[in-house]
Amino acid sequence: MSRIKIGVPSKGRLMDLTFDWFATRGVTMRRTGAEREYSGAVDGVSGVDLVLLSASEIPREMAAGRIHMGVTGTDLVFEKLADPLAQVEVLSEMGFGHADLIIAVPECWVDVETLDDLDAVAAAFRADHGFRLRIATKYHRLVRDFLRQQGVADYQLVDSQGATEGTVRNLTAEAVADITSTGETLRANHLKILEIEPVLRSQATLFRARSADWDAATLDVLAQLRRKLGV
Amino acid sequence: MSSVTISKAGQAARAEGQRLFGAFQNWGAVPVEAAVLQPAGTLLDLYGEDIRARAYVTQDPVQGEMMLRPDFTVPVVQAHMADGAEPARYCYLGEVFRKQEGLGGARAAEYLQVGYEVFDRDQPLRSDAEVFALFARLLAGRGLRAATGDIGILRAAVAGLPTSDTRKAALMRHLWRPARFRALLERYAGRTPMPTGRTDLLARLAAGEPVFGDAPQIGLRSRAEIEARMARLAEDAATPAIPSDLVDGLEALLSVADVAPAALVQMRAFAVDMPWISPSLDLFEQRLTALAAHGVDVEILQFEASYGRTTLEYYDGFVFGFFAEGRDDLPPVAGGGRYDALTAVLGQGRFIPAVGGVIRPALLAELGGTA
Repeated sequence: MSRIKIGVPSKGRLMDLTFDWFATRGVTMRRTGAEREYSGAVDGVSGVDLVLLSASEIPREMAAGRIHMGVTGTDLVFEKLADPLAQVEVLSEMGFGHADLIIAVPECWVDVETLDDLDAVAAAFRADHGFRLRIATKYHRLVRDFLRQQGVADYQLVDSQGATEGTVRNLTAEAVADITSTGETLRANHLKILEIEPVLRSQATLFRARSADWDAATLDVLAQLRRKLGV
Repeated sequence: MSSVTISKAGQAARAEGQRLFGAFQNWGAVPVEAAVLQPAGTLLDLYGEDIRARAYVTQDPVQGEMMLRPDFTVPVVQAHMADGAEPARYCYLGEVFRKQEGLGGARAAEYLQVGYEVFDRDQPLRSDAEVFALFARLLAGRGLRAATGDIGILRAAVAGLPTSDTRKAALMRHLWRPARFRALLERYAGRTPMPTGRTDLLARLAAGEPVFGDAPQIGLRSRAEIEARMARLAEDAATPAIPSDLVDGLEALLSVADVAPAALVQMRAFAVDMPWISPSLDLFEQRLTALAAHGVDVEILQFEASYGRTTLEYYDGFVFGFFAEGRDDLPPVAGGGRYDALTAVLGQGRFIPAVGGVIRPALLAELGGTA
């Protein structure tokens, strides 16, 4: 009998909230085996296997068709996949894990509110310092596409995989582009968010991988699961 | 399809490339080579971060970030500026590498490019005509449509605007980013509202009130730099708006598209309100004469005022492209233009007028037709 695999974040709050989301819809997910063993089981619907994965690997696993469905943040799918909506289909936004990808600059930049300002400052900064204004981020594709589309020039992206808010104080960047839900860490680091629409609004989302092996049997399991979940 | 078998298509592309490479040499161009791995810094400084979306970047432990050659123009200009004699004509044949951002794109990540570049201080219009006419001859009989433009006219239109140098410099900087260019123009015409906090900031500045809150000064951008920008903002706020009619005229000029003689008539009409574009239109007219002298039928030559504004930003004069009729799925088969400013940027103070172009032999081979 054909089965489908669903990839779910393997730890933390995101895993707990995902399990809750499925549970309220009559599908129980649980970890099996020892505490550190990433295996799981699904009850309440037949033919579905649980695969526990790092949230950041779920987009790639879906693109490769190794899992049929996945739960992860929109930000990760849009950052990691080229042409994302050709590779995955949004089945349902799940209503948690909300975060915006924003661009922030030092609060003391009283002359900067908009992208127009950021662009003008980047031009002046390059003339004054001899290098392009640095924006620290781990969302290279999303930020670059956004700034290209908006016609911002004379900046460079520098990679920051963590503690991005500290890069300005540490003089390794002039601005940051990062995910935030409350903006608290940004404020604590004396940064302010540009007064523009976020680069991306992200939340935990249930996706279907278009390139997984979909045949009559797996499509039937999918249909049953979707009926149960009401998505 | 195995990657080690040499495909028929690959052989046809190479043969086509060799034919063109030979033709450029017969025309007097010196064949030159360029390393496949180019230092990323130069290309990034030139094209900005956007190039990362298009070029393959790799890491060398000693040399740092390197790029797989996204084009030949930059290394050829560098080589010429370092030790080239003048005037010079160069040609090259080799692979270039461009990243694919989307899925299912028909665009190749690696393809042959054959190109021709002219560095000549004498009579740049004649060089423009020479390059275009040579390309048109080599590409004749392939069912291609030529498109041309002239960034020089746009630069002249901006340079003559009755407004501050700061505003003109900002517009000039975004000539190649049409969306931002238009946004700036609308703002300078006073047709878009100021950002919310800006009015307040300017009022405080004017009243001599403090503008800095208790936020600590962090980062490399100093208090002096922020103050300098605020001075510019105040100055800009006091700059009169560019008259609305003039902005409309400039936007209309940008959308001129017709056969060259008719386009010239339309642009001459815009020169009534923008007399400062007349010298660039005279040059445009002289170039048409030079093109005709080189055997180009200018009566049917297509001209688009905005052509070349969305390519990588180094063309600053005459620009051209050749497209396969009815094949909108294909990228341009050939393209080129004048890039005088690029030679100044790469020449560290030295400068030489330059014009050139490239052809993609694989597309020609795919299209077939008579050589």
